[in-house]
Amino acid sequence: MRVVIAEDLALLRDGLTRILEAFGCQVVGAVDNGPSVLPALIAHRPDVAVLDVRLPPTFTDEGLQAAIRARAEIPGLPILVLSQHVEQLYARELLSDRLGGVGYLLKDRVSHVDQFVDAVRRVAAGGTVMDPEVVAQLLASRSGAGPLDELTPREREVLGLMAEGRSNAAVAARLFVTEKAVNKHINNIFSKLRMPPSTDDNRRVLAVLAYLHGEDGRRPRTPA
Amino acid sequence: MDGVRGLLRTWIRPGAVTAAQGLLIALLSLTTHVALFVLSLVSLVLIPAFGVGFALFPVVTALVRLCAGLHRRLARWGGVELATPYLPAPAGAQFGTWRRFRWVVSDPATWRDLSWLLPGAVTGAVCLAAFVLPLYGLEGVLGVPLVLHLTVGFGYGPFWPIDNLLEALLCFPLGALFLVGGLAAGRWLVWLHLAFARFFLPPTRSAELALRVRQLTVTRAETVDAQAAELRRIERDLHDGAQARIVALSMSIGLAEQLLADDPEAVRRLLAEARETSGQALAELRGLVRGIHPPVLAERGLAGAVRALALAVPLPVAVAVDLPGRPAAPVESAAYFAVAEGLANVSKHSGATRAWVELGHADGRLTIVVGDDGRGGADPAAGGGLAGMGRRLAAFDGTMVVTSPAGGPTVISMELPCELSSPRISPSSGTG
Repeated sequence: MRVVIAEDLALLRDGLTRILEAFGCQVVGAVDNGPSVLPALIAHRPDVAVLDVRLPPTFTDEGLQAAIRARAEIPGLPILVLSQHVEQLYARELLSDRLGGVGYLLKDRVSHVDQFVDAVRRVAAGGTVMDPEVVAQLLASRSGAGPLDELTPREREVLGLMAEGRSNAAVAARLFVTEKAVNKHINNIFSKLRMPPSTDDNRRVLAVLAYLHGEDGRRPRTPA
Repeated sequence: MDGVRGLLRTWIRPGAVTAAQGLLIALLSLTTHVALFVLSLVSLVLIPAFGVGFALFPVVTALVRLCAGLHRRLARWGGVELATPYLPAPAGAQFGTWRRFRWVVSDPATWRDLSWLLPGAVTGAVCLAAFVLPLYGLEGVLGVPLVLHLTVGFGYGPFWPIDNLLEALLCFPLGALFLVGGLAAGRWLVWLHLAFARFFLPPTRSAELALRVRQLTVTRAETVDAQAAELRRIERDLHDGAQARIVALSMSIGLAEQLLADDPEAVRRLLAEARETSGQALAELRGLVRGIHPPVLAERGLAGAVRALALAVPLPVAVAVDLPGRPAAPVESAAYFAVAEGLANVSKHSGATRAWVELGHADGRLTIVVGDDGRGGADPAAGGGLAGMGRRLAAFDGTMVVTSPAGGPTVISMELPCELSSPRISPSSGTG
């Protein structure tokens, strides 16, 4: 798997490179500033890009902007965005093209090396990976608003794991139940939230995230 | 119909208001000014006499200040609110003390008030015409002189008594003349009185500066206290939280290093523990950083940061931003935390189903509105978050107005004086 990395701190850049290469990935490009990201992605066409949000020279959200521009140039280019903090706003922007192949994680998650590498692989394969923190924020900010409150605690758990982008098998392993049980929960969730069920893993994740982002037409969008 | 309504709007209603203002001013001035002036003189004259004046003059001055304060408030009718010009009272300046006398006498505003009493009495008395003239005109227009002439004999205007029917009929145009003239003049008379008040009663430049210094002293003290408390909190959080965890982390790693050769299984456990600890330390640091300066504010500016805030509230929040540039960093931060506090209040206390945030900039002021359709009854005087918000804004000469009738809606309007930097194209982002 060919990877391009954008991270300004040399220590972390080397760490990421080491981890990815230890798991058989090939780091074909590593840049340390915002303006170089897009050219590097276009030149290398990697299987997946791992980008830090905050990059020089502005130290704002250049990595995120580069990711969004790169997706506009090369639709569906798999990108995993890392940051010291997660914002719903950024998650929403990353997911807005609904193509999958997007990840958004806290940098700390890299310390769970095998899980991190798994996330990189899932994004490369066109999946969607969301940080548990983003999902927790989403669930918190959507509670007290209708159908979500009808879910049982177990169903909420399943919904959360599903929103993080985990497969049925992974959810089942996490909750120590059978995949059949997970399937049943998921069907219940979809009927309670009045969402069309979908068998395609990634499309399902995107639908759940869109729902949690309130893009189901029930949140007013015009200023009062 | 429209003509009548237009007449009502442009003449009759303002005329009636002016007449009422004139009457009020005249009554106030005639009843108080002369009496207060005489009392002041008497108490001044009595100063050598057994010191009675020392005690009396401050008392009379307090009354004069009440009266002048009232006229300062009335100056609003002329479109200008006059600030209170008096020097702050020193400690222990009760009535009857020498300190009180000295404070009253040494304040130039005392003497300016005194010198205004008589001119104010004259202009105030003249304001009576604003009420009497239209009334007299109304009497003529309504034909009262005519009716009385036909029954008992009566006079009006220059015709006294009215000798014949022609003169009696003339009371109609005469009355109209008095009415229109009185209404037109009334506005000028009231304006004249207020102009005198504006001349005598506002704070002098130096008094204004003294007032400003007092206000700045208070807000600076509050700011310094708040900052110090904040730093202490950050220090404590770092010391007891992240720092302690990192110490534990390096201990685990040190121990793992020792055990590497003998007990790989224990090393695995220790390393897992170390990772867990470092994750907790990072989570704590994230929370702390968010409280100091939210990263999203650094990355996206005020507009983006407020949108991010709106997304985290468990009810729909409509965000409207109209900022042609970026405010200075400290103002931006204050505005952000004000909105955060406002939205926290909405989700905690209001029971609202929707909320809205508006950011704008006009006349060198950043305007922030946070509103919700909840149950209302928010009160900044009750302390808590809203009071803190007001204090935080005061440090920047900002103001906060809360309107929150029972039953809602609650609207918090804030203003912060600030200039915007050069326009910067902010990245596009979704609505809240």
